[in-house]
Amino acid sequence: MSEVIVFSVAAVIVLSGAVGVVASRNPVHSALFLIQTLFGVAVLFVLQEAHFLAAVQIVVYAGAIVILFLFVIMLLGVDTADDWSVEPIAGQRPLAVVVGAALLGGGLALVVVASDSLTGFVRSEGERALDNEFTDIERIGRVLFTDYALSFEITAALLTVAVIGAVMLTRKLLRSEMLSDLEADPMDLPPAAPGASTSAAPATPGGNTTSSASAAPATPGERQS
Amino acid sequence: MELTNDWYLLLSVAMFIIGAVGLLVRRNPLVMFMCVELMLNAVNVTFVSLGTELNDVSGQIAVFFVLVVAAVEVVVGLALVVAINRRRASATADDVAVLRG
Repeated sequence: MSEVIVFSVAAVIVLSGAVGVVASRNPVHSALFLIQTLFGVAVLFVLQEAHFLAAVQIVVYAGAIVILFLFVIMLLGVDTADDWSVEPIAGQRPLAVVVGAALLGGGLALVVVASDSLTGFVRSEGERALDNEFTDIERIGRVLFTDYALSFEITAALLTVAVIGAVMLTRKLLRSEMLSDLEADPMDLPPAAPGASTSAAPATPGGNTTSSASAAPATPGERQS
Repeated sequence: MELTNDWYLLLSVAMFIIGAVGLLVRRNPLVMFMCVELMLNAVNVTFVSLGTELNDVSGQIAVFFVLVVAAVEVVVGLALVVAINRRRASATADDVAVLRG
């Protein structure tokens, strides 16, 4: 019975946080609601005796990933509320809600229909006894460094590639590279660029946004106030 | 009343759908990334729940790898957002409609 109570509380935390992520106008609030959801999921992991994953969930997700989100939000200064009055693609939101409701109905129906025979697996008492022989960390360690050792090594390569990619994406462009980039794309021409032909520039007034991070004139297409 | 595996699956379905609808509705790329995280977490709940049900630790291993991939995805995605914001001062996903090799 106590398990049911813990699960109910965690489920309320998780779902309210998830709704908050989607419904918050301010990205900072979304990030904080995401932390709430992640903590709720960590509680669910503890409830299923996945203690290692619960700890990793807190450390990696709440401690690193969401902080990274907050860093970028603050760095870019986009922590202003979204303007929801503009709907760029007509009918997108109602359609999204309809698709979501259909998916929800289908998923719930699937779980309910398949309820008892979902896995078709009944644990015997012997296997239950086996559960308590090792803690979950020991079991994960044994499997991770034997059966999944190659995947584990590939993970290291993946992380390295991601770090190199992030550095390459966000480094400052050299001046020569920037000019050669801009000549191929007249929309981005800075006003001071030599030999700039604005004939191909868009018809929107003030559309010549500078490529640097300096304050660019607000274009009509800009929906972030 | 007993807590069965189905409760976790139902919660996971609801969480995944909320994330998917958010991904479709929101225009801010940062919030869209957060919705992707929601969907990944919903799948993680499923993995752990079924792993417990089947007494197989592979479910938790899968969650471990999902965590790594999620971290990588966020790093690259946020680097892309920063790079795009440097070039043009637009923060919505709709304004990034021009691709060039």
